Amino acid sequence: MQIDIRTTAVTPLRQTFGHVARRIGSGKPASRYQEATFDLQPEVNFHYRPYWDAGHELYDASRTAIVMDDWYACTDPRQYYYGAWTQTRARQQEVMERNFAFVEQRGLPELLDEGWKRRVAALVLPLRHVEYAANLNNTAVAAYGYGAALTQAASFCAMDRLGIAQYLTRIGLLLDSNGSALLDAAKADWLHAAHLQPLRRLCEDLLVVEDWFELLLAQDFVLDGLLYPLVYERIEAEFSREAGTTLALLSGFMDEWYAEHTRWIDQQLKVVAAASAANRERVAGWCRQWSERVRAALLPLASEVFGDGAEAVLDELEAALQARAQKKCGLSWAPEVAA
Amino acid sequence: MSTPTSAPKKLGLREKYARMTRDLAWEPSYQPKDKIYPQAGLEGIKIEDWDRWEDPFRLTMDAYWKYQAEKERKLYAIIDAFAQNNAQLNVTDARYVNALKLFLTGVTPLEYAAHRGFAMVGRAFPGAGAQVACQMQSIDELRHVQTQIHTISHYNKYFSGFEEWRHMHDRVWYLSVPKSFFDDAMSAGPFEFITAISFSFEYVLTNLLFMPFMSGAAYNGDMATVTFGFSAQSDEARHMTLGLEVIKFMLEQHPDNLPIVQRWIDKWFWRGYRLLTLVAMMMDYMLPKRVMSWQEAWEMYFEQNGGALFADLARYGIRMPRHWEVSVKEKDRLSHEAWATFYNYGHAAAFHTWMPDESEMAWLAEKYPASFDARYRPRYEHWIAEERAGRRFYNPTLPMLCQVCQIPMVFTEPDDPTTTCYRESHYHGEHYHFCSDGCKDIFDAEPEKYVQSWLPVHQIYQGHCGGGSVPEVLRWYRLEAGRDNLDYLSSPDRQNWQRWKGEAAAG
Repeated sequence: MQIDIRTTAVTPLRQTFGHVARRIGSGKPASRYQEATFDLQPEVNFHYRPYWDAGHELYDASRTAIVMDDWYACTDPRQYYYGAWTQTRARQQEVMERNFAFVEQRGLPELLDEGWKRRVAALVLPLRHVEYAANLNNTAVAAYGYGAALTQAASFCAMDRLGIAQYLTRIGLLLDSNGSALLDAAKADWLHAAHLQPLRRLCEDLLVVEDWFELLLAQDFVLDGLLYPLVYERIEAEFSREAGTTLALLSGFMDEWYAEHTRWIDQQLKVVAAASAANRERVAGWCRQWSERVRAALLPLASEVFGDGAEAVLDELEAALQARAQKKCGLSWAPEVAA
Repeated sequence: MSTPTSAPKKLGLREKYARMTRDLAWEPSYQPKDKIYPQAGLEGIKIEDWDRWEDPFRLTMDAYWKYQAEKERKLYAIIDAFAQNNAQLNVTDARYVNALKLFLTGVTPLEYAAHRGFAMVGRAFPGAGAQVACQMQSIDELRHVQTQIHTISHYNKYFSGFEEWRHMHDRVWYLSVPKSFFDDAMSAGPFEFITAISFSFEYVLTNLLFMPFMSGAAYNGDMATVTFGFSAQSDEARHMTLGLEVIKFMLEQHPDNLPIVQRWIDKWFWRGYRLLTLVAMMMDYMLPKRVMSWQEAWEMYFEQNGGALFADLARYGIRMPRHWEVSVKEKDRLSHEAWATFYNYGHAAAFHTWMPDESEMAWLAEKYPASFDARYRPRYEHWIAEERAGRRFYNPTLPMLCQVCQIPMVFTEPDDPTTTCYRESHYHGEHYHFCSDGCKDIFDAEPEKYVQSWLPVHQIYQGHCGGGSVPEVLRWYRLEAGRDNLDYLSSPDRQNWQRWKGEAAAG
């Protein structure tokens, strides 16, 4: 027997908002991502020039040298709007909560050698400061960038970086039985130890880059593209060989996050480079220039672990980044000729 | 490398949170600090020690993700159920939907502006504690703009006037009132922005902007919007604590900050109050089932709560904002003067207007015993008679706008509600006009800023808005004449509503 629920049928007059329909075609239902993203940022008829930047409008496409006909070509392949982003992160956060509880309940930190912990403090924990710089840099893109599609993803990225800095802080606290001595040692190294000074200088130099797209590229493509594989693959593998997988368990979020982050940033470079020859040339130039600098900044850190083999490790990572740029973004650049 | 020698000590919650936020920062040595934070000193605010910043709330990202995701899951479940059940048919009356049109075109874009503005100050402030608090508000505001769009998306499918909200916000005459408000704050320096938005707007006035719309939704059967309101409430509470902390922090840091902060409080109180004109008329005229009158809301949320707040701030040397007493004198006329204006210009508005019916006039007379029957009812009765005689009144000339708040100059003298208030200033050989002493003061303090205002009426006369005639301007607004504008009585919204409700009753 068939059971009928009687409902009122009312016919919709339209499927979505005008600005969304003009992009996806009229008569089509829009996704939540599309309605939450397209054309959100005002583009015309601003009232006052900013006191802090009288040379530009409040939102101004000329704050970068990159030129796009339509910044909404820079969509997010993950289709993150706030709800999708925060729910994904909440699921990952649950896994991390279990991992931290696992390590803590089994007393794993007490089993680890103090010298090994000190090495973590010298090589991994200072990255919480790098993440803090990444948080500020992505916040700058979210603030001064153009088009809600790109800037909202930069906002999510900025908060992700704060989350990662906080996971690293928790690792420091956990390895020190909830004390702060390891974090203090790591911060002292960040400020003074020779193997971290080039990286700190790079971070401070990034904080004063004025072109927001250059900043996005230098931070999220080049620096992350070399630092994450170096630390969370190569160095972490060494640490696992020495002391088991405790650290890998506590940094699981970073691996998963990085894989997802590269999908987003690759797409941005690809779209921008494909828009014009001038963009392509500029983006490739920035990649060349910043990969040279990032590589030099990471060498002393890599040398702490790989000694004379550090150059070879960085050669591999740089080749991998170039291959990724070629394959995912259609970008290539020749290394700078040594003077 | 040194080896840690001290015995591990357990951290308290407060110190643990400091480790999770401000301890991430360091004193730079390769770049000068004023190059990293070039906006910090622009406005003359003196901060001696950012470490004295008290975190207004302590929320790490993992906890943030967990709580916010839970709220999002619940909210989207309700939004989905609302759409599936065509619950838009359960609102009190289709006139109510016009309050939502005003909200989507006027308020939702401000949530986006707040998202970007808090990203700006979240980067500009040199203290990591303040950075984190502002960045968190920045993504909260993104949450609000997106959940509002998703909530109201369903109404857009069945009612007109929502469709071009993004396009309209940057062009339509009355929407330059909210737009210029936020443009003003964002184009100021970081300390003024946060005083304007976190303190004057969020802390002092949220209960008068956001809450009337949400309470209106609750009273008028709009389950989706009221669920959004409840879901945003805990975010708003965080934003309010940030607003208060900012003011106290600036005042505690240096005595020279007091006169600057007081000037900003004066300015942003008046700017915010003028913006609330739109809310006042919404509360008194656009809700078929009313929550409270504008006058009652102003008495409760500003005169009582705001008065207590400023009494508390007196120990820092802060006094009540200038011209607050004018707002009290205007409380029994503000909404009526505003609704009459929109009734006049209903052909150029993207929502419908109408005259209150007899029971609504009785409510207005009861709530405004000193003013309604004497001053506003006779005017309405005249317009109703005109409408019945086939001469529904629309004002064919464009109004003069106030150079600062950008509202048509329709307000009356503080001490004489029957005389229109005009003020003017002269600057570099030009005359500028204002609706009030409050707006004139704001102009006179920063004329070089307010001469830049993109005034919709001036822009129309200068030929920047699609042409010189009303139909041309409406086309430029993407406002479909006969569908999105004019009186509710003649609207397709009303015809559809009657058909749907009739069919629903028959079905």
